[in-house]
Amino acid sequence: MKDLSKVNNPYNDEKVISQCSIFGMMNTAGDPVSGKDIITAISNMHDRGNGLGGGFAIYGCYPERSDDYCLQIMFDTKVSQEDTEVYLKRFFHINLSEEIPTFPMKAIKNPPDVWRYFVQPKVEEMHEIISEDDAVTRRVFRINTRIDGAYVFSSGKNMGVFKGVGFPEEIAEYFGLEDYLGYIWTAHGRFPTNTQGWWGGAHPFSLLDWTVVHNGEISSYGANRRFLEMYDYVCTMHTDTEVVAYAVDLLARRHGLAIETVMDIFSPPVWEQIDRMDQKERRYFEAIRSTYGPLLLNGPFAIIVAHHGEMVAHTDRIRLRPMVAGIQGDMVYASSEESAIRLVSPELERVWIPVGGHPVIARLKDVPDHDVVEGGRELEKGEKVEVYPTC
Amino acid sequence: MLTSLLPEFTVDRDEGRCIQCRVCERQCSFDVFGYDADHNVMVHREENCVACQRCAVLCPTNALVIKNNEYTYKPNANWTREYIQDLKKQAETGGVLLTGMGCDKPHKIYWDHILINASQVTNPSIDPLREPMELRTYLGRKPDHLEFRDGELELPDYPNVVLSTPIMFGAMSYGAISYNSFQSLARAAFDYGTLFNTGEGGWPKELRKYGKATIVQCASGRFGLDLEYFNDAAMVEIKIGQGAKPGIGGHLPGEKVSEHISLTRMIPEGSDAISPAPHHDIYSIEDLHMLIHALKEAVDYKKPVSVKISAVHNAPAIASGMVRAGADIIVLDGLRGGTGAAPKILRDNVGIPIELALAAVDTRLRNEGIRNWASLVVSGGIRNSADIFKAIALGADAVYIGTPALMALGCTVCQKCYTGKCAWGITTQDPYLTKRVNPEIGTQNLKNLLRAWSLEIKELLGCGGINSIESVRGNRLQLRGIGLEDWELDTLGIRGAGQ
Amino acid sequence: MSASTAQVSKTRTRYSATQWVKLDAQGVYYKDLNREIRSLALKGARRFEIRNVFGQRYLGTNLWGIEDRDKIQIRVYGTPGSDMGAFMDGPMIEVFGNAQDATGNTMNCGKVVIHGSAGDVLGYGMRGGEIYVRGNVGYRVGIHMKEYMDKIPTVVIGGNMQDFFGEYMAGGRIIVLNKFFEDNPPVRQSYFIGTGMHGGAIFIRGDVDLNQIGAEVGVEDPTDSEWKAIEKYVHNFCRVFDLEAKKAKLLKRHKFTKLFAKSSRPYGRLYAY
Repeated sequence: MKDLSKVNNPYNDEKVISQCSIFGMMNTAGDPVSGKDIITAISNMHDRGNGLGGGFAIYGCYPERSDDYCLQIMFDTKVSQEDTEVYLKRFFHINLSEEIPTFPMKAIKNPPDVWRYFVQPKVEEMHEIISEDDAVTRRVFRINTRIDGAYVFSSGKNMGVFKGVGFPEEIAEYFGLEDYLGYIWTAHGRFPTNTQGWWGGAHPFSLLDWTVVHNGEISSYGANRRFLEMYDYVCTMHTDTEVVAYAVDLLARRHGLAIETVMDIFSPPVWEQIDRMDQKERRYFEAIRSTYGPLLLNGPFAIIVAHHGEMVAHTDRIRLRPMVAGIQGDMVYASSEESAIRLVSPELERVWIPVGGHPVIARLKDVPDHDVVEGGRELEKGEKVEVYPTC
Repeated sequence: MLTSLLPEFTVDRDEGRCIQCRVCERQCSFDVFGYDADHNVMVHREENCVACQRCAVLCPTNALVIKNNEYTYKPNANWTREYIQDLKKQAETGGVLLTGMGCDKPHKIYWDHILINASQVTNPSIDPLREPMELRTYLGRKPDHLEFRDGELELPDYPNVVLSTPIMFGAMSYGAISYNSFQSLARAAFDYGTLFNTGEGGWPKELRKYGKATIVQCASGRFGLDLEYFNDAAMVEIKIGQGAKPGIGGHLPGEKVSEHISLTRMIPEGSDAISPAPHHDIYSIEDLHMLIHALKEAVDYKKPVSVKISAVHNAPAIASGMVRAGADIIVLDGLRGGTGAAPKILRDNVGIPIELALAAVDTRLRNEGIRNWASLVVSGGIRNSADIFKAIALGADAVYIGTPALMALGCTVCQKCYTGKCAWGITTQDPYLTKRVNPEIGTQNLKNLLRAWSLEIKELLGCGGINSIESVRGNRLQLRGIGLEDWELDTLGIRGAGQ
Repeated sequence: MSASTAQVSKTRTRYSATQWVKLDAQGVYYKDLNREIRSLALKGARRFEIRNVFGQRYLGTNLWGIEDRDKIQIRVYGTPGSDMGAFMDGPMIEVFGNAQDATGNTMNCGKVVIHGSAGDVLGYGMRGGEIYVRGNVGYRVGIHMKEYMDKIPTVVIGGNMQDFFGEYMAGGRIIVLNKFFEDNPPVRQSYFIGTGMHGGAIFIRGDVDLNQIGAEVGVEDPTDSEWKAIEKYVHNFCRVFDLEAKKAKLLKRHKFTKLFAKSSRPYGRLYAY
């Protein structure tokens, strides 16, 4: 088995540490928007990264092939690409394959070859009863752990992750992301402290159409990782974010839990608060904390998790990393800093600091009863959030 | 008398300080002191001294010092004084050597070769005094996943017990320890929100009010067991073995079976209370399955059932079988676990250190994907809060403490529990001695110990940037080894310091 | 550096203290912006109006050694970056917008006025000066504020606050008007207020539930002299935010709850001998 940790974690530290800026935006009407705003916003937080990683996730960017899984793969060598294609042909119908267009620039050094494959898993190659999602997941893990020099960094339908070593604005320019359209965008500027940076190690991390961008360090990493390993996840990258992505996959996709419950598992209230709740709520939290205690994400973090139809901004329960949320018209924003939101949307109907451990959830408007979940116990029903004038 | 033995200890009396008050004589239960009225001096029978320090601590003028006897055999690395004396005792009696407490041999103590991590810069350490810091622990089987039906949580029906801190008092039976000691453990556990274990010597009726803080034991002697006993408790434990004497039973001599003990154990006054080596209804793993489910039936599946074994060479395989047999909690008792009485040769030579057993069992259960089916409790060799933290980071859910609890009640680890003469009034039934443990003070001291260790665990959590104990559980990245060989690091599943 | 700022500093060698110097911060890196302010201040400018501020950090920090720096006034339009007024020693910053995290970090002297809301950790380790926030504040505000001799830092908040408010507070005063625009607002459900508090006082307009405060915190009514201070600072609050009409309504003594440190040594029993 190849050891990705040697690539992403050259000093074999117990894990890769990185701190960051994050930004997310969603058009809740589902209308596509260009990458211009998010590039402007994330580059305004330039000083929160150090140029060793930047990346974006775009939802709705391949509408013409929305039924195919889009595998975006980076290759170090031609041989790795040939090996991968042999493997892909065995397990998938490849409907289209193409090199992802890039715009070489000085700042981007030693880029890998990056290709995308629009595929459908071959039913005849599935020897047991598993879902298509499970089949794709399995093949992605297989390529990432077995084929030298190949790394699948995006595997969902009608969405794509674009990332690499550089500041996020440089990565955006390299991939020409201003010209992509999507209704959800998330972005990340990375500040790793113990790696020279590897393309695959940049954020977002993804599995199927779930993506995670993350700021902070999760001190419970060892406990989280050992729990996930019990459910057959292979943590190849030695990063907190990988663990968050797999935890979301386990809880939301495999265990079928609502995203609110997943976030409650990540940052539940403290026992002292649970003890004061009514019986039903108390039992709920008791059950999730005792069942999924090993997936409590302990330590400072702010994350933006997205998949089709939903964008979730979330922080640790004692709010050790920053997060600001804003709404203007159909747009919902989440950011490490308010100034980045203001830069792209000077006027905001609402802007607030979510309470720690309470997610802000933006959903497509056509989903009944849902729009934006406030992510704050202070916002009782009908209460107005104060918006103060700016310039 | 055993004339060929040297006294182990000497009594140094400063005659200038001694006021002949004879406190030492009254306090010593091993008959070391006498009073020579003719000369108005105290006399010593040093060969009886066990260095329990009762006399020295209570001497009002600090006139007494108990010392190791400097006069010894010719030093010999092979034939140490201990082995020479043991051999002579056996030559003179033809008997098995008995001892009390845990193994005192210098086997490697792995806790002392493990160091703990702290946060610097990339994540903040957390101040435990001002931010929430959670030690609450649930013991019992956990579901593989939660189910919601129409948005409503289907409550998992595995019974769990809740601890306010991951420290419990290990099994010490009434009979092995005095009533006042037993009662102090019960009350302290109750007040602090944790559990104590009755051991196998029954559970006095008047202490049933502490039921929610009580683990009752079902051991091979089956003393004092009935449905009420099980149902009054918070948890039921099947004791297969204990670290101090893996594979053998126990024996409370008839002279200790007083009226109250007889009532508690449900056996006639004055009769020997014998615990067989094995449970005679468990000769194999499927038999354990049968007993576990019999007990679950008895408590209507409302209380978790734990199974305690001593840490032996193939503990991981046994533990896996126990979990699959339905144990909700696995208890591992290590090589250094204590006892009221055990053959010395077993205590010092059988079993493996708890650190290694714990790491190996946790790893095995995780590899098999069944770690969440049972909680893991360890005991035997816990000496301070750092040992507890390290145990939890290696994978334990909670610990039992036995010797430390007795030390909080006065014990000085003189290892003479088996004589029934404990001068501190703990492992004795002599009413003259047992009143030396005041249950009010005993309860308070035990609670102080729980509090102090809990505070220290919070400090250790906070310095690692973690505010809840579940994020340390099995988090071996919080640990590094020092002075360990590769196979030891491997077994412990930790990296070496600096790696 | 945008054209307009560069132009200002090149064309003049001396500025009057009463003139408002206008700067446009659009696209200007914080280092350049702060250096510009300092160089203008060295040339006599004392009043600055900065437009289009988007996240520039450390405003007001680099003004050490400037004569009469307590006369410096900086008006900020937009969203200033974190650490605004960090270590600041004298100047006044007025923000027409929201501030980010760590405003007034370890501030020694001076004044910050925020017409919007502010983020986390406002006033961390603040030893002197005044901060007025019209809106709400985030987590850990007033953490480890301290006072020494005649220096008593003061923070006045018009809205409400999030958790760990006044954590380890060692001195100074924080006044929370708790939605000054409402008559009887409930105190927001924030928790761990004043945990580890061992000095200073928090005055909240409204009732505080005991489960919201730390174990080290006592609750009582403000004393006469404390009430005088509350009156003074609420008066200032109303003046800076042009809320004179609200003043009488806000200054109802019976509505204020005082939180204070029960002991200056809350952890006496923590250690063994």
